[in-house]
Amino acid sequence: MAVFVATDVESAVQRLDDRPDSVVLAGGTDLMVEVNDGRLRPSPDADVVAVNRVAELRSWRHDSAAATVTIGAAVTYSEMLDEPLATLAPALAEAARTVGSPQIRNAGTLGGNLGTCSPAGDGLPVLAALDASVEIASVAGRRSVAVLDLMKGPKRTTLEPGDLIVSFTLPVVDGWQGYAKVGVRNAMVIAIASTCLVLDRQRQRVGLALGSVGPTVLRVPAAETKFAAALDWRTMTAERDAVQAFGDGAAQTAAPIDDHRSSAEYRRHAIGVLTRRLAARGLDTAGRAA
Amino acid sequence: MNVTLTINGTAHTYDLEPRTLLVQLIREHAGLTGTNIGCDTSSCGACSVHLDGEAVKSCTLLAVQADGADVTTIEGMASADGTMHPVQQAFMDEHGLQCGFCTPGMVMAASSLLAENPSPTDEDVRIGLEGNLCRCTGYHNIVKAVLTASGADQ
Repeated sequence: MAVFVATDVESAVQRLDDRPDSVVLAGGTDLMVEVNDGRLRPSPDADVVAVNRVAELRSWRHDSAAATVTIGAAVTYSEMLDEPLATLAPALAEAARTVGSPQIRNAGTLGGNLGTCSPAGDGLPVLAALDASVEIASVAGRRSVAVLDLMKGPKRTTLEPGDLIVSFTLPVVDGWQGYAKVGVRNAMVIAIASTCLVLDRQRQRVGLALGSVGPTVLRVPAAETKFAAALDWRTMTAERDAVQAFGDGAAQTAAPIDDHRSSAEYRRHAIGVLTRRLAARGLDTAGRAA
Repeated sequence: MNVTLTINGTAHTYDLEPRTLLVQLIREHAGLTGTNIGCDTSSCGACSVHLDGEAVKSCTLLAVQADGADVTTIEGMASADGTMHPVQQAFMDEHGLQCGFCTPGMVMAASSLLAENPSPTDEDVRIGLEGNLCRCTGYHNIVKAVLTASGADQ
């Protein structure tokens, strides 16, 4: 195996184009574990393209006119916890806090989270609930697609050989957003079930995304619409029944499986609980601010 | 591939196989065997070092990814005259180690935590050390040691 340490996006995508069986390496928290475990053996002539030194990928910016924040693919979870980014994207900060340990948060990146595309990736429900877009570069140029359209299945994306994830653009939401997750313990845990809820007051829009309960992250459009209609957006209050129905709708949409981490039945139950809990927390917080 | 980096204040250049892990560079090429390899999969934290001032797990980074970086290992914590780093001294004073295998990683994670949060609570310490496993399960005294190093009354 050969390692190419890229210093800019152009050289990285050129290298990926020259050697299409290359793998992209950012923080190494997924890829290097696979390599060390012997589950992934890059062929002798395969390239690893390391992108953790690419300045464009390591930075983020806030566009206050557009009310968006654009986060480079190699920004680490620790950096998502730092202000002012944590205030601009609070659910992402909350999700980042649940990833691994400080050492892993210092290395792991949002681009790596999507590149791996595990249904349990903690950043992915946040990107999905916020309808984030992702910029992808290749030698053909750059394009922007919805993160939801990129996630195809367990550890499968619609990325083509030669594609490099450059950045994510998400809205800065006027309202409330939060992330909650269930695992077997508090530290260093992979989600058994996770949810991200966005209550966008300005657009009167509800976004709910579910992790670890399907082949990839799921949205729940029917339950979102119903809950948005039941919500009093001025006072940020809802009837108890509406919150209950929202949780039930999310649990029904979940498509979990039994595996070594948990059972499908428990996961479905957990999604209902997490959804109701986030909704209650969001309405309580946003209601007091309203 | 050539890798140039600073380890504990001294610049080094090594000609390495591209697949070399940072922890292999530290142990096998620099000869600094205080950094342990526990799990190889970033679960246990025994291989924790500081990379440009931040704690990372050196078993899941390629050495070439640390080209140009400033690395501190457990050997770089004590002063040149042998005076221990306050975290090391506190681990001794509070019996924060039993077999000692996790200790280098614990000290690196703890000192990184204290650099970010000089006055942590008991809970802050437990969260800050969530990526480090002690196979002797001696967590109580490890947490005590970190609190002692922070100057907290107990």
